[in-house]
Amino acid sequence: MTPEVAAPAGPPALAELAQVPWRRRTDQRYLDRYARIWSFWTLLYALPFPAAAVVLVALEPLTIPVALACLAHGWVIPELYAYRGASVLRPKGARNEHAEPVAQGFLGDLLSHEARALHRETGLALERSGLGVWLVGEAGALLLPPGGRRVHCFCVRATEPGLPPSDRIAHLLLALRTDEGGFATVANHAFCGAPWRVRRRLPVAMRPGLDAARAAARPPRR
Amino acid sequence: MSRLIRMDATGHSTLAEWTAQDEPAFEAAVREFRAQLDVGYIGVLDQGKGKAEQIRELPRDAGLVIMRRPIAGG
Repeated sequence: MTPEVAAPAGPPALAELAQVPWRRRTDQRYLDRYARIWSFWTLLYALPFPAAAVVLVALEPLTIPVALACLAHGWVIPELYAYRGASVLRPKGARNEHAEPVAQGFLGDLLSHEARALHRETGLALERSGLGVWLVGEAGALLLPPGGRRVHCFCVRATEPGLPPSDRIAHLLLALRTDEGGFATVANHAFCGAPWRVRRRLPVAMRPGLDAARAAARPPRR
Repeated sequence: MSRLIRMDATGHSTLAEWTAQDEPAFEAAVREFRAQLDVGYIGVLDQGKGKAEQIRELPRDAGLVIMRRPIAGG
């Protein structure tokens, strides 16, 4: 299949799309399809292990230790994927503490009052946009599509080393605001699945950020 | 007063300030803006309400123009 042109005619295109001309531009349809494929793939690699455990025990009860090892495999592998998804939000790189207060003030100017308070508490910036609710960290972002039942984890970072953490978030936030679809295209998809799977792998201080993003992604109650 | 700032290791640096009426200051800001583009920075005009615009020319009436580095998939 021929890849589609990264930048559409009309909407603003992120300059960084030129680095990934082979990638199909991310939109809602692409994300839905990606989520379905990810779910199918998760079942494909996780289910054979418990199935093998059942068959082993049925054939020979003495194989219970091997069956338990199979069950452990079936549990660990999806957990490792979820850990990879949560890792996109973990603090990374130099803390640059002398410049961080300045960067934090600048980032605060870009955020709403509510998002600024959340950033102060969790180190994450919440941003509502066309594809859903984003939670932006220093070296990655989570996207919760409307409904909040699924989370897409993206690994993406500013290329300048030595930036204070809040400036790294501001870089990602400005790119996201410029071209949301382009931002998601440039970023590497690290995980897609249920938010609770990512939440328990997040540092404790960041969990309220994911909770707030889920609440923002849910439709308002009548 | 319009400002041109660059996000860098110091938090941010103010590169230029100008007003629409101050032609020499605006020309100096334009030179600085182009110099930053030449070394790989990207000019962004934050428009508030979750919108930003990438710019290649410095608008005379801009409030705040931000120079950022490119992003990449990690």
